[in-house]
Amino acid sequence: MDYILILIAAVFVNNIVLSQFLGICPFLGVSNKVSTSIGMSGAVLFVMTFATTVTYLLHEYILAPAGLNYLRTITFILVIAALVQMVEIILKKVSPPLYQALGVFLPLITTNCAVLGVAILALGLENSSLLKAVFFAISNSIGFALALIVFASIRERLELANIPEGMKGVPINLLVAGLLSLAFLGFTALV
Amino acid sequence: MAGTVTKKENFLKGIIKDNPVFVMLLGMCPALGVTSSAFNGLGMGIATLFVLLMSNIVVSLIKSQIPSKVRIPAFIIIIASFVTIVEMVLEAFIPFLYEQLGIFIPLIVVNCLILGRAEAFASKNDLLSSIVDALGMGIGFTIALTALGAVREILGSGSIFDFRFVSEDANTFILFILPPGAFIALAYLSVLFNKVSKTN
Amino acid sequence: MSKKESTFFNMIIALFVITIVAGASLGFINDITKGPKAKARLERKVNAIKQVLPEFNNNPVENVLMLKSDKVKDSIEVYTGTFNDQHIGTAIIGSSEKGYSGLVKIMVGFNPDESIKNIVVLEQKETPGLGTKMKGDKFLRQFRGKKPSEYNVMPTKDGGDVDALTGATITTRAFGEATQMAYDIFVETNKSKN
Repeated sequence: MDYILILIAAVFVNNIVLSQFLGICPFLGVSNKVSTSIGMSGAVLFVMTFATTVTYLLHEYILAPAGLNYLRTITFILVIAALVQMVEIILKKVSPPLYQALGVFLPLITTNCAVLGVAILALGLENSSLLKAVFFAISNSIGFALALIVFASIRERLELANIPEGMKGVPINLLVAGLLSLAFLGFTALV
Repeated sequence: MAGTVTKKENFLKGIIKDNPVFVMLLGMCPALGVTSSAFNGLGMGIATLFVLLMSNIVVSLIKSQIPSKVRIPAFIIIIASFVTIVEMVLEAFIPFLYEQLGIFIPLIVVNCLILGRAEAFASKNDLLSSIVDALGMGIGFTIALTALGAVREILGSGSIFDFRFVSEDANTFILFILPPGAFIALAYLSVLFNKVSKTN
Repeated sequence: MSKKESTFFNMIIALFVITIVAGASLGFINDITKGPKAKARLERKVNAIKQVLPEFNNNPVENVLMLKSDKVKDSIEVYTGTFNDQHIGTAIIGSSEKGYSGLVKIMVGFNPDESIKNIVVLEQKETPGLGTKMKGDKFLRQFRGKKPSEYNVMPTKDGGDVDALTGATITTRAFGEATQMAYDIFVETNKSKN
C-alpha cells in the first residue's frame, strides 16, 4: 500500500532531519530538553500539515494552471509565515500556558526549512493527490519528532558526561547527530 | 566617520569572528545538505551570497519606507524574490548546478542568515556598510561550505572539484558523502575552526 | 533615518508596492529566462541522442514520435536516427518514479537489431556516490550490446542479470524498470511499423 510506504520512508528511510537535512536549526537548537522537543514537534506537526495542505491546493488550482510555477517559492513562504502568525494568535487565546511553553519557538517555525521543504517535496510525489500530500506532511512531522526527541534524550544524558574541552557544545552534538544518522541509514534496506 | 566598526572589521567579522556556519550556527541545512562535493558547496555559497547581497542592498535602501510592524513580511518578499531569480537563472543557464542543489535553492529563503542580517543589520545601517556586511558574511558562508564540501569529496569520492585522484574502483570513505558523514565532517571542522580562531 | 509609522494604511501600501515590484520583476526575469531554459533542455536532449545513437544526419527531434501511455504522465518520446536515409537506430526515453529519491529518466539508444547501443541518464536525484554511479561507465557497460529480450535488465536480487550498484539496489531497480519501459516501447513501435 502506497501510504504505508510513504510513512515508513518518511519516518525511517528518508528521515527529514537525519537523511534529508531539513530542520537542522531547530534540531540543534531546541533539542536540549525532551519536554521542549515534544512541544516543538507538536507545533511543527500542526504547521507542517496545515501548510502543506494550503500550498498543495494553491499550487494545484492556481499556480500550475496559470503557468506561474516560478512564484512557488515566494507564495509558499508567505503562506507559511501567515499560518505561523495565525497559530500564534490562536494559541495565545486558546491555550496561554502552551503558548508560553513554546515561547520563541513558534516564530522560528517559519524559517524551519523542513516546513517549506516538505511543502515543495509534496508536489513531486508519485501520483500525487491532496490526501497523499497531507499524509506525507504528517509522516514527515512524525519523522521530525522522532529524530528530535531521540536526540534530546541523548543530549540530556550527554550533559552529565565527560567531554573534551574542544568538543563541547556544537561539535559533540553534531557527532551524536552523525551517529544517529548512521543508525537510521540502516533502515535503507526496509524498502 | 560614524560607527565604531571599521569597514575592514565589518567585512572580516563575517569570515572568522561571526562566521555564519561555525559560530552563529546559521544556514546549517544547506551546509549539510549540499556539501557532498566542493563544487556544490561553492555553488550554493555563491548563490546564497548573491541573495544576501541583493537583499541587504534593497532592505538598506528602502528601510525608511517600511513600517516596523510589517518589516518581517516585507523582508521575506524581498528575499524570496531574489531566491526565485536565482532559481530561474540557474535553471536556464547552469542546469547542472540547478539539478545538484535541488530543493536547497528555494530553501535559501529560509536560511536564517539572510533574514537575520536584514533584520539585525541592513535595516539599521547605511548602504555601504550593509554591502560590506553581506559580502563578509556571504564569503564566510561560502568558505565554510566549500571547505566542508572539499573534505567530504576528498574522503568520500577521492576527488576534488571533480578532479579524481584515485581510480574509479578504489574504496573511498563513502560514509562522508552520505548523511552521517556530513554531520561528522562538520563536527570535526568546527573543532578545527574553533582552535584556529581562538589562537588568532 | 526615521521609519514610517505603522499605520494600517502605511502597512498596506508598503506591502502592496513591494509585492507589485517583486511580482513584476519576477515576471520579467521569467520571460527572459524562458527561452534559454527551453534551449538548454533541447540541447541536452540532442546531446543525449547523439550519445546513444551511432552517427546520424537527420533531425530526430523534428520528427519525434510522441506516444501516450497510461504508465507515464507526459507522452513518451521516440527519436529515430537515420544516416543518409538508412535507419540506424532509435532513441527512446524511459523512466521510473521508483528511484530512491523519485524520478529516474534515461534515454536508451537501440540498434536496429534490438540491442542497446548506449544509455544516457537524463534526470535523477539519487544518493550522491551511490545511486549517482548509474551514470558511470562501470555500470552502463553491463547494458551495452545486450538485447533486453535475452538479457534481464533488472538487478540480480530480482532475478535479473545486472550487477546492482553498491548500496543502491533501489536505484538499480528503477534504472532497470526505465530500461525495460524503453525496450517495450521500442518493440511496440517496431511492430506497428511492420
